[in-house]
Amino acid sequence: MPTNQDARFDVDAVLGDPAVRIVVCCGSGGVGKTTTAAALALRAAEEHGRNTVVLTIDPARRLAQSLGLTELDNVPRQVKDTPLHAMQLDMKRTFDEVVLTHTARERAKEIFANPFYQAMSTTFSGTQEYMAMEKLGQLRASSEWDLIVVDTPPSRSALDFLDAPARLGRFLDGRMLRLLLAPARAGGRSMFNLVTASFGIFSKAVQKILGAQLLTDLSGFVSALDSMFGGFRERAEQTYRVLQDPQTAFVLVAAPEPDAVREAAYFADRLRAERMPLAGLVLNRMHFSGVPQLSAPESTEAAQILAQSHPAAAQVLEVHELLMRQVSREATVASHFTDRFPEVPVVRVPAQPTDVHDLVGLRTIGHALANRSPEDGTET
Amino acid sequence: MVTGKGGVGKTTVAAALAIALASHGDRVLLVEVEGRQGLAQLFELEPLPYFEMRLGEIDADLRLLAVDPEEALLEYLDLFYKMGRAGRVLRRLGAIDFATTVAPGLRDILLTGKVKEATTRTDESGQRRYRAVVLDAPPTGRIGRFLNVTAEAARLAKLGPIKSQSEGVAALLRSPMTSVHIVTLLEEMPVQETTDAMRELTALHIPIGKIIVNAASPPLLTARVTQADIKKGLVAAGLPADKPTVTGLQSEANAHLARQAVEEQLREELGRLGRPIVELPLLSDGVDLSGLQRLAGILAG
Repeated sequence: MPTNQDARFDVDAVLGDPAVRIVVCCGSGGVGKTTTAAALALRAAEEHGRNTVVLTIDPARRLAQSLGLTELDNVPRQVKDTPLHAMQLDMKRTFDEVVLTHTARERAKEIFANPFYQAMSTTFSGTQEYMAMEKLGQLRASSEWDLIVVDTPPSRSALDFLDAPARLGRFLDGRMLRLLLAPARAGGRSMFNLVTASFGIFSKAVQKILGAQLLTDLSGFVSALDSMFGGFRERAEQTYRVLQDPQTAFVLVAAPEPDAVREAAYFADRLRAERMPLAGLVLNRMHFSGVPQLSAPESTEAAQILAQSHPAAAQVLEVHELLMRQVSREATVASHFTDRFPEVPVVRVPAQPTDVHDLVGLRTIGHALANRSPEDGTET
Repeated sequence: MVTGKGGVGKTTVAAALAIALASHGDRVLLVEVEGRQGLAQLFELEPLPYFEMRLGEIDADLRLLAVDPEEALLEYLDLFYKMGRAGRVLRRLGAIDFATTVAPGLRDILLTGKVKEATTRTDESGQRRYRAVVLDAPPTGRIGRFLNVTAEAARLAKLGPIKSQSEGVAALLRSPMTSVHIVTLLEEMPVQETTDAMRELTALHIPIGKIIVNAASPPLLTARVTQADIKKGLVAAGLPADKPTVTGLQSEANAHLARQAVEEQLREELGRLGRPIVELPLLSDGVDLSGLQRLAGILAG
């Protein structure tokens, strides 16, 4: 089994390194990203004395409560009884802030009143990712924080976090938007061009499908935003560049399930291609046995022998057999990543009997992240 | 329709359900709409094309379809606006991407519209082409918005084909022909989301089918086991019975008991939702065709 050969991810070395200013936790949905981000941030604040803020996106209710994230005012608040600060991203408010910094107050009012803006700032696909980037940029610009830990939105794909801001930027800057709003102008000079001709049809079709009202709103939105168009893309690109800087550390989070591990591998590939610094992989919810020398088949056999004479012991052996199978299944799944990326350090966090939603639980996870995986105990 | 929190095994359950429905010789369509190519991965196939492809490996008429919103929009434009070639040019321009991005609701209307079309399609003799259509639907977090097509359409268009199409979809979704099954694990968050989704779907008057507990393991222990009992058993079975082995096994047993208690509580919570519950076992050798057929057997029974 490859478990003990791969490099151990030294979380404390990252959290304690003053040169590291941003930690981005990424991975597919449902792998414990938010919990990992919160646990890392709490550890950085408590154990490494760093002035830390954690930016969460969509925490589970009870975790949000224990982080004191009940006031949704889009600014960091100190978490009770800890030096850590935490905030939950408010997508709409962040978008409003962007508009306010870039336009005159009168203009901004017009934009806020526009129905298209209202729809886009709450439901546009990619807005959440873009606003997470934007908020990260803001937190970084205020020199208040030694370390910013970011949780990433629960996208369909982990890669959305990297792609959506650029997509939104392209959209707002876009030729498509301008073409659509001024089909006559665009098609005026080259009537026989298939592109412009079909665009005219398309625009009519869009009008029919989406309704003229939406196009009018869109048009108003675009002209109101005109002054800040370039700014959108520029800001997205700026934050993107920060992510390539060595002051950033990406932490990939996965659970030992085929989909999550596949997604993590895609992400690792992508980070490599973009030259973004991947610090390590956190394998959450791993199972370990304290008695690895007793194999699953041995347990099965013994459980059958003992079924009548020693029923309680037989049950215990069945539990062990189940656990051993799970351990080996998880190791196989994890090896799909570790075999492909032997250079990426890994830390394995044991499954908790119940969900983590308080500070005590986060400290336990932080402890496990830092180095205490049970295999250590059995090795010696 | 099959929904559930991300990562609970929706695609697996949807596939098992489709196999169960096809087992009596009926033609069944299994559809995915999330652009993940999850069906191709599950059945170890090349990415699915945009047509209903028959699954060759089993002795049943099961067809697979990955609905792509771009393709659905082109098909739709072609149907209503006769834009054959022009549509392809638009796609190169990125216009389709634009239209589905600018109005995310449009995307869902197109996807559900395609599902409705397949469900109600008839052959020359007027017989329904498919006995059943199983949709691997978006996760619980998005299911309400995905299925609430009329509200989305109202925001988009007051008149025209989109409006009438969405009304047709909405009627179908609220009819007895539809049933939304919610997949969960015996874990806190998926159960919470199951409860939330039930409330949301009920408010939308969309019929809810079963709650399907995936990857469930039966309780193995009846009570705490003493070290002495474990030791006696190990000795009787001729296994090493040293102290570390005994305490190790005992702590595994205790952890299992703790887990069992949590699962029991979650089972009760699910029970209170008042829907039929089916438990599917964990496929410990990974999800392959024979495993799916096993799950299908349980779902059919």
